[in-house]
Amino acid sequence: MTDLAGDNVVDAASPGLLRRIRSRMPLLVICGAGWLALMIFAAISTDLLRPYPVTKMDLSARLAVPGTPGHWLGTDELGRDVLSRLMESIRVSLVIAFGATVLSAVFGTTLGFLAARFRGIVEHLVLTLADFQAALPFMILSLSVLAFFGSSMTLLVLLMSFYGWERYARIARGLAISAGAQGYAAAVVQLGATPARVYLKHILPNVASTIIVSMTLTFPEIILMESGLSFLGLGVQPPDTSLGNMVGFGREYLTRAPWVMLAPAFVIMLTTLSISVVGDWLRDRLDPTVR
Amino acid sequence: MTALLEARDLVRVYEISRGLWKKPTLVRAVDRVSLSLSAGETLGVVGESGSGKSTLGRMLLGIDPATEGQVVFDGQPMPAMGTTEWRRLRAQMQLVFQDPLAALDRRLSIAEQIGEPLVIHGLATKSEVKERVAELMSAVGLRSDQAGRYPHELSGGQRQRVIIARALATEPRLLVCDEPVSALDVSIQAQVVNLLRDLQEKHGIAMVFISHDLKVVRNITDRVAVMYLGRIVEEASSDVIFTHPQHPYTRALVSSVPVPGRKLEARIILQGEPPNPARRPAGCAFHPRCPVVLPSCRTSAPKLGAVGTGHIAACHLIAQSDAPLVA
Repeated sequence: MTDLAGDNVVDAASPGLLRRIRSRMPLLVICGAGWLALMIFAAISTDLLRPYPVTKMDLSARLAVPGTPGHWLGTDELGRDVLSRLMESIRVSLVIAFGATVLSAVFGTTLGFLAARFRGIVEHLVLTLADFQAALPFMILSLSVLAFFGSSMTLLVLLMSFYGWERYARIARGLAISAGAQGYAAAVVQLGATPARVYLKHILPNVASTIIVSMTLTFPEIILMESGLSFLGLGVQPPDTSLGNMVGFGREYLTRAPWVMLAPAFVIMLTTLSISVVGDWLRDRLDPTVR
Repeated sequence: MTALLEARDLVRVYEISRGLWKKPTLVRAVDRVSLSLSAGETLGVVGESGSGKSTLGRMLLGIDPATEGQVVFDGQPMPAMGTTEWRRLRAQMQLVFQDPLAALDRRLSIAEQIGEPLVIHGLATKSEVKERVAELMSAVGLRSDQAGRYPHELSGGQRQRVIIARALATEPRLLVCDEPVSALDVSIQAQVVNLLRDLQEKHGIAMVFISHDLKVVRNITDRVAVMYLGRIVEEASSDVIFTHPQHPYTRALVSSVPVPGRKLEARIILQGEPPNPARRPAGCAFHPRCPVVLPSCRTSAPKLGAVGTGHIAACHLIAQSDAPLVA
């Protein structure tokens, strides 16, 4: 018995890097993290790695099948290389989704904390705004905004950052109030801490796990929302390209050249899935009480 | 000797809403309580649940605003909660909580939490904080290797030690302990109470010790105030309270404390409902349960009067000397 236990300790203490990672992460999480790393790598290095410029047409090789030498993922109806366009699209979509998710989380959490701190009229205002946001079909709001102001990358990120903020606001407000009513936050107030310290040093780390999970839910939704808008022709405009934009234009050739649409669709699916899986795992890792 | 802490006619009224259309009920949780505490003294506050003792403790620290009356600390009136002066005053007065797990941030190591008051009040540099935390931890009997632990990894007694260490970090002059041991099991209770007493004697901290447990109170306090439905009904040095209780409520309480080696004799068992602060009986609040009730008890409320040196009680039955109040 003792020998066995001793062996295990030695085993756990001196494994290689790979084994250590594997012992800490389930296989699914490793796959998810690997996929995300690949996506981020593709987004960053797209200028260096993509074989062709995104708008480079090769009319002699239109709708080439995947596997064609030189066009490993095939080409679209104008003979543009799908792989090159995909890499550019990943960058655009990730920038929009990441920027919007972070902005939305910061905005929502701040409003939630303000509501919890000041209560009264501020709280009513925030909650009314949150209800308003939740009741409004976001797609219709986006359509009208984009139709009036035209589409640009900045506007798109800003618009998307309104998506889901009410969830963060409600979560942050609820958790901050319950922490303040009794327990650690009240105790820290009693120690003489300023509200800023109470909220940033104590309440924020405690609600962070919930907010991170909420972010991993919003992130895929924003990718899908952007894809939907681009698909409708109101998101990213040609000659720029995004995942949704590619799906939108590829659908006309769905029967003849399904790869034009399927490549970005798979990327959307795998990326959103990976984020959910990794986010879930991260939430557990960030909580010292479930270690 | 001037008092470190003085409470004058403290009143705390809570509104309890009874739905949208009904008028809220007003509950006088604390009703005209006056007391004073000198430096280094320990005052016990005992009473049943609902007697307003925790509210009183919070008012003494300025966490709960007084509806009427005033708290004076070190000659200065208590600033309003949340103001800069109020915050600065926290370095001098601290609270020890009933539920240590709830009062600790579960995401910070205990060393960080013990050192936090020093950081908040800017009393020490980084390395000094580390030293002071180590000092405090050994003072409350925590091992130095536990510094990196998280609250959920400690036992209940250890958590309460963390709370006490944190409360002592700024070397406060006043410590309010709100049922500090009632969540702990009996063997740990004794350890924590002894620890509190030792620390209090060593540092000369004035302490308000709130508890419903008379054994514990007797063990640690110099003076005891007995509360019933928001009012102090008797106050005396703890020896006097336990040997010569005057108020019938105090007598009933004292008679329920078991003494080792002796049979519990002449135990007064109170009849009737436990007190409900929302429906305070007319006259003496204790009359529905009082074993020696007089007709006058139902109509007029007795006033606190001196019954001996440093001994006051509020009961019609007690022949009150005409000596002025020693409050």
